[in-house]
Amino acid sequence: MTTYLGLPTAPPGVGHLRGSEPFPVAARRALGDTQLRANLAMATKTIRAKRAAVVAELGDWEELRAAGQAAKTGAMRHLDRYLEQLETRVQARGGTVHWARDAVEANQIVAGLVQATGSREVVKVKSMVTDEIGLNEALAAAGITAHETDLAELIVQLGHDRPSHILVPAIHLNRAEIREIFLREMADVDPALTDQPAALAEAARLYLRRRFLSARVGISGANFAIAETGTICVVESEGNGRMCLTLPDTLITVMGIEKVLPSWADLAVFMQLLPRSSTGERMNPYTSMWTGVTPGDGPQQFHLVLVDNGRTAALADQTGRQVLHCIRCSACLNVCPVYERVGGHAYGSVYPGPIGAVLSPQLTGVEENPTLPYASSLCGACYDVCPVKIDIPSVLVHLRARHVDEARGNHRVPRSEAIAMSAAAWVMAGPGRFATAQRASRLGRPLGRRRGRISQLPPPLAAWTRARDLPVPPVQTFRQWWRDEHGKPS
Amino acid sequence: MRIALFVTCLADTLYPNVGRATVTLLERLGHQVEFPEGQTCCGQMHVNTGYQKDALPLVRRYVETFEHCDLIVAPSGSCVGSIRHQHAMVARAYGDENLARRAEATARRTFELSQLLIDVLGVDDVGAYYPHRVTYHPTCHSLRMLRVGDRPLRLLRHVEGMDLMELPDADVCCGFGGTFALKNSDTSTAMLADKMRNVLGTRAEVCSASDSSCLMHIGGGLSRLRAGIKTVHLAEILASTKAAT
Repeated sequence: MTTYLGLPTAPPGVGHLRGSEPFPVAARRALGDTQLRANLAMATKTIRAKRAAVVAELGDWEELRAAGQAAKTGAMRHLDRYLEQLETRVQARGGTVHWARDAVEANQIVAGLVQATGSREVVKVKSMVTDEIGLNEALAAAGITAHETDLAELIVQLGHDRPSHILVPAIHLNRAEIREIFLREMADVDPALTDQPAALAEAARLYLRRRFLSARVGISGANFAIAETGTICVVESEGNGRMCLTLPDTLITVMGIEKVLPSWADLAVFMQLLPRSSTGERMNPYTSMWTGVTPGDGPQQFHLVLVDNGRTAALADQTGRQVLHCIRCSACLNVCPVYERVGGHAYGSVYPGPIGAVLSPQLTGVEENPTLPYASSLCGACYDVCPVKIDIPSVLVHLRARHVDEARGNHRVPRSEAIAMSAAAWVMAGPGRFATAQRASRLGRPLGRRRGRISQLPPPLAAWTRARDLPVPPVQTFRQWWRDEHGKPS
Repeated sequence: MRIALFVTCLADTLYPNVGRATVTLLERLGHQVEFPEGQTCCGQMHVNTGYQKDALPLVRRYVETFEHCDLIVAPSGSCVGSIRHQHAMVARAYGDENLARRAEATARRTFELSQLLIDVLGVDDVGAYYPHRVTYHPTCHSLRMLRVGDRPLRLLRHVEGMDLMELPDADVCCGFGGTFALKNSDTSTAMLADKMRNVLGTRAEVCSASDSSCLMHIGGGLSRLRAGIKTVHLAEILASTKAAT
């Protein structure tokens, strides 16, 4: 086990990578929300079926996954070189590149750039990294209003809510709830608004159009950045992103450093993997690509802000670094039985679900997010669907070991658990000790003698018997039976 | 053939009938079963809870106990999954390359029961008789770590007298997950609720699987609800014959 110290992680007090309470506590509350359970079950089931159907169409899906994994591994291996190449190419085409060590620096850079334009408003393309660093809050503190323009992000922003899914931020809400938000928050909405999808979309269209036409600054994330030409790529469904990317005078793109790809040939692989994995479509409706500034066409000022915020620390972990390959498709969320039942808010981070459980703790440091690596039954469904073959179960297990080792170093492991685990290992390392312990387990027989089952146990096993019985330990273990039948050891 | 049984710590302690059924089945098929008494636990619970260092002696114990056996069987997809995918990793994490190589060699000769029967012994009709309505939960690690596919169902379809009921959403986790069931017991229970609803919907009398741990979870929930469905390990069904009933 190696502990990685010295590389900066995402700082506390800014952005959305840490929850205010442990996962089991937040999950318990979410599980009690029956409307949320119904909304999530319906939505994830639909999107799972769509993904499965379009993936099954391709005979070379496994080869594509392997190619995606290889491309990302190569990009990470020489990340320094590709980032500098990207910087050079963007600058050669009239763009400006900024480097941000963490969320604080990135927010300062973006706020400063917006202030320099004199604008007090910005329109935003849906972006995970700007939510990760808490950009909207930082802009608000600088007197700048950020308008989300992705439909679901708009719903979440108007509802003073938090996104709960990487791709479908308002997945926790149904049509009736969205209608309520629009009626309450959109000043001049038609009071007769119904909850038909077309009616809701039309209301959002009218609301957003005014913002697109008046905005002078647009802010986006990036799905991919191609080092060889300095081209940025944003993939979306609605076309609202295209509006933000083309109409304003100034475009600011905030990008995690792991989004860089060496070449256009690499991009071809991901353009096949991403839409099928995320929305379950063969192709996404809008793919915007631009290289620096084009005189007389589109934004005349282009800034690219490269953000680390814990990524280099993650890159230093030989097992954990593969999470940086993530292309934010959300396929793992949609198949995860834990996510489907608790939703995204319980994870306390902008990155929920299985990928969030391995990404957030690596960006913040495991000790800052100690319950997330345990927020999985290790069923492996996430690994099977990941388009870049991130072995999420193995990374979860690895981060649990990091947590235990780091906490042991700080004497912060739950002592009873550490003692029980060490004791169990000591017992099981010797067959004689194990046989003795097995005989001791028969002491549990009186607990269930009358009913033939055990329904109540003391902590920590009380967590089991709150909802589940245990069988009464048998009179004879297997090894006792074997000895009776076969005599001495074979 | 001479086959060494790794009974698993859970079956040894709480479900000895699963081990006995495995012995009965393999002997009926004409094989010789041995039980190396040095065996204890594969260490999966330790690895999956973060206590890799504590798992190291358990990995060593498994390897030392079984490395001289030609063929090893365990009635658990999860334990075999750990042996195949975690043992060498744990040894390497603590710099023991020699142990890692021995662990890999031993793991290659370790099989989950349905894999052993179909892939190694080449049998899918084991001559079992089980006159009950049964539904089968395929278990996550059997499916996604070991890729046993439909091998258990192929074995069950040959069982005489049995009605095999299809389980909806069969490949979804039951919510056990080892210490997950304790650390995240509410979420685990919510997953179990959906699994039980699907099991109950089949109107089966018996829910089967090839892992005692998953069955302990599903069976523990069904028992609490007095649902009237019992859980029976695949080995126990395959060991049943007309003569025995």
